[in-house]
Amino acid sequence: MNQSLEIGLCHLGAFRSLDLNLSSEWEAIIVIVAVASGKGGTGKTSLAVNMAISIGNAQLLDCDVEEPNAHIFLNPKITRQEPVYRLVPLVNEELCNYCGKCAAFCQYNAILAVKGKILVFPELCHGCGGCILVCPKNAIGEGRRRIGVIKEGVRDNLSIVWGELEVGEPLAVPIIREVKRHMDRGRDVILDAPPGTSCPVIETVKGSDFCILVTEPTPFGLHDLKIIVEVLDEMGIPHGVVVNRAGIGDRKVYEYCKGKGIPILLEIPYQRRIAELYSRGMPFSLEMPGWTDKFKKLFEDVKRLVGD
Amino acid sequence: MKQITILSGKGGTGKTTIAAAFTILAKRSVVADCDVDAPDLHMLLHPEILEERGFRGSKMAVIDDGRCIKCGVCREKCPFNAITEDLKVDSFSCEGCGVCTIFCPVNAITLTERISGHVYISRIKYGFMVHALLNPGESNSGKLVTMVRYNAKLLAEREGCNLIIIDGPPGIGCPVVASVTGVDAGLVVTEPTMSGVHDLERALQLLRHFNVKPFVCVNMYDINEDNANKISKFCEENGVEVVGKIPFNPVVTEAMTNGKSVMEYSPESNVSREIASMWDRLCKELSLR
Repeated sequence: MNQSLEIGLCHLGAFRSLDLNLSSEWEAIIVIVAVASGKGGTGKTSLAVNMAISIGNAQLLDCDVEEPNAHIFLNPKITRQEPVYRLVPLVNEELCNYCGKCAAFCQYNAILAVKGKILVFPELCHGCGGCILVCPKNAIGEGRRRIGVIKEGVRDNLSIVWGELEVGEPLAVPIIREVKRHMDRGRDVILDAPPGTSCPVIETVKGSDFCILVTEPTPFGLHDLKIIVEVLDEMGIPHGVVVNRAGIGDRKVYEYCKGKGIPILLEIPYQRRIAELYSRGMPFSLEMPGWTDKFKKLFEDVKRLVGD
Repeated sequence: MKQITILSGKGGTGKTTIAAAFTILAKRSVVADCDVDAPDLHMLLHPEILEERGFRGSKMAVIDDGRCIKCGVCREKCPFNAITEDLKVDSFSCEGCGVCTIFCPVNAITLTERISGHVYISRIKYGFMVHALLNPGESNSGKLVTMVRYNAKLLAEREGCNLIIIDGPPGIGCPVVASVTGVDAGLVVTEPTMSGVHDLERALQLLRHFNVKPFVCVNMYDINEDNANKISKFCEENGVEVVGKIPFNPVVTEAMTNGKSVMEYSPESNVSREIASMWDRLCKELSLR
């Protein structure tokens, strides 16, 4: 069984390199593609996972470190695990004269100086180290605080890296940075972004060649799509839209995309079967015929858009 | 005054649908949309804005080109790699810490406050609403949530409302932490999917961490009844009450497309009836009636 699987994969690899030789230049380029959405629950993870499985030989970075779910669908063999620490101030009360310069400098209110006491709120600290620099008594050293963990795994010819923010820790960005530090520049990379439009999303999509925006054709989907498009426009990241649960709601997402000249790259219809497979943690492209090709084509289209 | 937060961990499980329905059932309350990244509640409750306030949430380094001698020390010392090769501040990376201002030999850098969003105080048919919008790509959404909640509290006191309903953001990070601290109850809305189950556990841990009484609602429970039962069992084992199981019904999307809460659009639907019974249960728990 294992052997035949391996042979199968070799074939896949062979086909892929053959493909590369025969087709035009855009397919040979390696790209970093982020998947984002604005609104939560529109199908980012589902798209990222199905696309990764369909194209094969890629790396998936799950940057939704608050609620990482991609691994649930891939069920990878975990190959490495490492904790993520953040720099936090460690005040030496013997040297401290309570001058309060550190508290005055800290922009995040992570240090409070009250009469004869220094209070540190490590969960608010961004780890800039400014307090250490401004302390005239050298009373502040570098402590470290565990804020999460990074996990690496493989499934067939895919590798996946994800981060998990520890519950109760507010800052996701340092973990996202750590996940992205594991980026393999030798092959295609897919980044699964968290929902929203603020700092964790920015950190994820920064440096991407393209961003696929997954939306649903509802007023909520459209409203939040407009916000993330504004962000990407400002960052100068090219983008296109995938409409998930097509058939529900109305046509306004399509009108908006047309008006803005944003390409609609794929439509995934609302089907109970897809929802059921999703609920069981199964990538639907593996179970429903035709979808592997659609996701491959989606990725090729993205490459072509990047190449242009 | 009582405060209840609706949260979820995973996005798109139906927080806003439930928050809007609760607001209608509560008849007169203050509702706070704390999903400041992607606020959607206004599309169902149609607030009439009474007041608008700028939110100065974050600072950013600004380099005075006239003074700058292009030494590049700021770039070298920036802990967030926010200074570009041509010595400009990358606004998407700058976290406004001020370390560059310490090192700049000619004092060419200052930290400048920027308006990074807006808070709105509004009237709705069912009382009042406080909502906000973070400027695209801005950071510090946790601080903005705190500002929304502060204004909601002032408003509730001024208007004599005894309830604040908080529509929370997805996730468990800073804006969620800011949405749940000090509230009387947290309702976690989940769905019977593997992701929903995984995220529910983390959301419940978060409530426990902040000492907030948890409740669970399983939305679209009939998409996968096996998983729905697993959630019920998990909650039972952990002493958390499942206060509602809402069936899947396309009427929810239909109501949204018509700019209405399902509670107004189709009060007799199975979804509305289940939300109403859930609300009754929570009111008893919060001694609201």
